[in-house]
Amino acid sequence: MSDLRDLYQEVILDHNKNPRNFRAMDDADRKADGFNPLCGDKVTLFVRLDGDVIADVSFQGSGCAISTASASMMTQVLVGKTLAQAEALFDAFHDVVTGDPTHAADTSAVGKLAVFAGVREYPTRVKCATLVWHTLKSALKGEQDPVTTE
Amino acid sequence: MRVVSDAYSPDTLQELRGRFDVDKIREDFPILDQQIHGKRLVYLDNAASTQKPRAVIDAETLFMARDYANIHRGVHELSQRATEAYESVRGRVRRFINAEHDRQIVFVRGTTEGINLVAHGIGKTILGPGDEILITHMEHHSNIVPWQMVCEERGAKLRVAPINEAGELDLAELEKLITERTRLVALVHVSNALGTINPVEEIIRFAHEKGVPVLLDGAQAVAHAKVDVRALGADFYVFSSHKLYGPTGVGVLYASGDWLDRLPPYQGGGDMISSVSFEKTIYNKPPFKFEAGTPNITGVVGFGAAIDYVEDIGFRTIEAYERLLLNEATERLREVDGVRLIGTAREKAGVLSFVIDGVHPHDVGTILDQDGIAIRAGHHCAQPVMERFGVPATARASFAFYNTREEIDKLVRGVRKVREVFA
Repeated sequence: MSDLRDLYQEVILDHNKNPRNFRAMDDADRKADGFNPLCGDKVTLFVRLDGDVIADVSFQGSGCAISTASASMMTQVLVGKTLAQAEALFDAFHDVVTGDPTHAADTSAVGKLAVFAGVREYPTRVKCATLVWHTLKSALKGEQDPVTTE
Repeated sequence: MRVVSDAYSPDTLQELRGRFDVDKIREDFPILDQQIHGKRLVYLDNAASTQKPRAVIDAETLFMARDYANIHRGVHELSQRATEAYESVRGRVRRFINAEHDRQIVFVRGTTEGINLVAHGIGKTILGPGDEILITHMEHHSNIVPWQMVCEERGAKLRVAPINEAGELDLAELEKLITERTRLVALVHVSNALGTINPVEEIIRFAHEKGVPVLLDGAQAVAHAKVDVRALGADFYVFSSHKLYGPTGVGVLYASGDWLDRLPPYQGGGDMISSVSFEKTIYNKPPFKFEAGTPNITGVVGFGAAIDYVEDIGFRTIEAYERLLLNEATERLREVDGVRLIGTAREKAGVLSFVIDGVHPHDVGTILDQDGIAIRAGHHCAQPVMERFGVPATARASFAFYNTREEIDKLVRGVRKVREVFA
């Protein structure tokens, strides 16, 4: 049986309580909305680019602890990354949270986002963790339609 | 709907003890006897769907093993048996809700299909441009969207009666919203998100004074108290089998008087016709006019067993016991710091919606699930209700007569644990 603390790690609870970069961005180059119609989680993501480097990321919205912490931590780790690096991080993070729950996650490529490895043991919560990342992908592609998890 | 208000009196408790043994009842529900994440299952998601007693499971299995065939017009023995089994449930449903005739009972897939059937028919007959349909702020999406669709199609307006902070209808406002343009009032009997029991007799009375028919969404009502459609005066009453301990995919539309003669068919196909030629088709009589295609025969048979099962326990007992559970759960959850109840109407059925300060309902749901406690977290298909109370979602525990006071204790302990995890 999985331990709740695997899911609700201190770092996640902290980011849920005090989300970083939780603000609108007036000079954003890219903006996208994501929502999860099943639970009503909503996120708006703002990205400012400097060439092909991510100069600033912020978000607004409401959601559960997992989705809020995922968004908060994502905004921190993306700053300074190139678009290609961001894409690679998306894939690595996706693997961490959606991988086979009977095997330990390979978190070598995701840095401090490793705290989300516990999510793979809670299939109903995977979308909470990935919503903001899908929204990022949409923002970087400049897509107009909101992202939904369904 | 009559509510037992003296459930706490020693008389009622004593009386309940004599005739209601919850441990014995639980033995009838095989699914309850299992561990979830290593803990004994505590099933508190009954407003979403109720679990099935052995009687229902056996009725379906036996029917398929011995009597199954397609119904109506079959000359062979099995078809006759199946037809008899199917139609006998129509009679049981009629008695269950005290309708006058079997022909007033239409089998549908569920409450949603029943409402869509009526909305479609109302749109094709009495609803014109500038007319109005009146609903309330506490409706389930299934009693909002079909009316929006038909109003849009016909150029009619959808009006919404407001609710107060407790989650009760503002009756004076509702009465004012019934105008000479109102063609139908559609409202929920018992709210799935708030638990409110609406004073539907009164509402029907003043709607009828203005000559306006009323549809009641009884999805949450029929499992918890005796519903008498004639005493209520409802023009349409709709409910689902699966919230009444029966199988999914079966529901009932009851219509009073000659409504089913007046409404056009909802779907075309087999069984809903008397004769078909390429020039002209003559429709069958109600209720068959509304039952196109092969219905959920086995499901209807299981539903019949569910009705028998519930009636066997009796609504006097069910109401009193569930009221006891609701009162206890309400009082105990109120004692937990940081918990806010959403839906505090004076008249409530066994639904307890709540939010916890600083914790999203989804996280509440996950943490409780780890203790084997099944609740629902989300908007409960009632987004306007969530918006009215300024919350994105709620956690909802909902009770059935197989729940116990120990389970309420586990729920309260679980909620305290959520507070600890998020402290």
